[in-house]
Amino acid sequence: MANSQRYTREIPHRYRLEAQKFPSGFVSLSRRYCDPISGKKEFEKINLKGTGKILTYTIIHVTSDQFKLLTPYAVAIIETDEGARVTAMITDTKFEDLKIGARVEFVFRKIMEEGASGIINYGYKAKVVE
Amino acid sequence: MREVAIIGVGMTKFGELWDQSIRDMFAEAGLKAIENAKVDKIDALYVGAMSSGLYAYQEHLGSLMADYLGQVGVPAVRVESACASGGQAVRLGFMDVASGMHDIVLVGGVEKMWDVEDGTFVLATAADQEYEVYNGVTFPGLYAMIARAYMDRYGLTREELAQVPIKNHKHAVNNPNAQYPFEIDLKQVLNSSMVADPLRLLDCSPITDGAACLILCPLDRAKEFTDKYVKIRGVGVASGPIALHDHKDLTRLEAVHLAAQRAYQMAGVSPNDIDFAEVHDCFSIAEIVVAEELGFFEYGTAGKAIAEGQATYGGKVVINSSGGLKAKGHPVGATGVAQLIEAYLQLTNQAGKRQVPNARLGLTQNMGGSGGSCVIHILEGM
Repeated sequence: MANSQRYTREIPHRYRLEAQKFPSGFVSLSRRYCDPISGKKEFEKINLKGTGKILTYTIIHVTSDQFKLLTPYAVAIIETDEGARVTAMITDTKFEDLKIGARVEFVFRKIMEEGASGIINYGYKAKVVE
Repeated sequence: MREVAIIGVGMTKFGELWDQSIRDMFAEAGLKAIENAKVDKIDALYVGAMSSGLYAYQEHLGSLMADYLGQVGVPAVRVESACASGGQAVRLGFMDVASGMHDIVLVGGVEKMWDVEDGTFVLATAADQEYEVYNGVTFPGLYAMIARAYMDRYGLTREELAQVPIKNHKHAVNNPNAQYPFEIDLKQVLNSSMVADPLRLLDCSPITDGAACLILCPLDRAKEFTDKYVKIRGVGVASGPIALHDHKDLTRLEAVHLAAQRAYQMAGVSPNDIDFAEVHDCFSIAEIVVAEELGFFEYGTAGKAIAEGQATYGGKVVINSSGGLKAKGHPVGATGVAQLIEAYLQLTNQAGKRQVPNARLGLTQNMGGSGGSCVIHILEGM
């Protein structure tokens, strides 16, 4: 469970899809300080447009307590049009419309609630658009 | 660098060990190994455990285990690398002996998984918390995504995938320490409950309690203690991206390839020289991808090869004679050490009904996360 500091730190990428583009071509939605392969520190800050395609996916039937109420739900690895790889839950999509290569759009959604006294967690999910 | 031998082993049965705590299990395995190696004192201790804090509310395992093995005072430390914690402990013990720092080193691994309810959450801590787990991914879910990408690219069928757990269960029948020493058939695999599509319950390694320990010493001292010893001929370790989505090719586990290259080079052998291998079949798809990364089969062909019997007795290389993680059980931190115990038993001709005939070279492959870490050992019979 996240406390409010841990949650707040991750707002830039979760709310605004703030990402980094490295000279090697690697694009990262996860906050980094250097290129993971070369260690080089130069990068450009970009905002992902929130469009891309499914590289692979699964439909999860057994999960941890925090997501239990959502099962079965789909999760995919998405490659955005900028080249960032992102793991996201799929929403507003019928399972039969899921396929490798399907176009998706990111949407802002509630991710989970942390019980009666915790905070409500938000972030991105993705939906198939064609 | 000094050459290093394994001179004794000890393990608990793998399974649901309601009567035993994390220390009970480690003490049983450790004391058995010390007795088996006929040493009276150890010089150092390494214990691998993935998440003793979340599973058993116990950290500081190095001191705890030295204390309960009657070795208070020795240097002792716990090692963590998710599901590869045990293999990493072995490697550190190997380096300790090889460097000349210590002579008699106990390396072990342990995990007490049945005491907690939300084990899915604990296992998921091996993945990227903020960028994967936050978005609903589970561990089976990560391997399910590898499986789907692989099936899409290479045309691997659901039935071929099922042959991995079927084979490993068949092997486990002859392993008295296995959690599930019974056979399963295709219908059972295909009808088992869905965990993360396309992976079903019988594609997944189980929740297991257990501990495993080895005693290492310099090769040139091995004979002082026993005539049953094996040499650790090669070691290779590599890291990979923590998040599955950062793997360039989602049908591969590149850290396995890298670690294997390092181990083969150090041992001066090639994949064709290996008689048997214990590999990290945490999920059915993992054994297929790993068998390719180890160089046993071409990319895209291991599923078919395993289905055709190439990874069992009489085939190209016997994979998971112990039953593997699937049927022997997968007490996460203990797994990497238990793999070397199987190799030790095979190479000293003590594997009973599951003995691989004329086994001379064995390989163990232990993996953390979705390929975030990999430890490989190559062992030789003497």
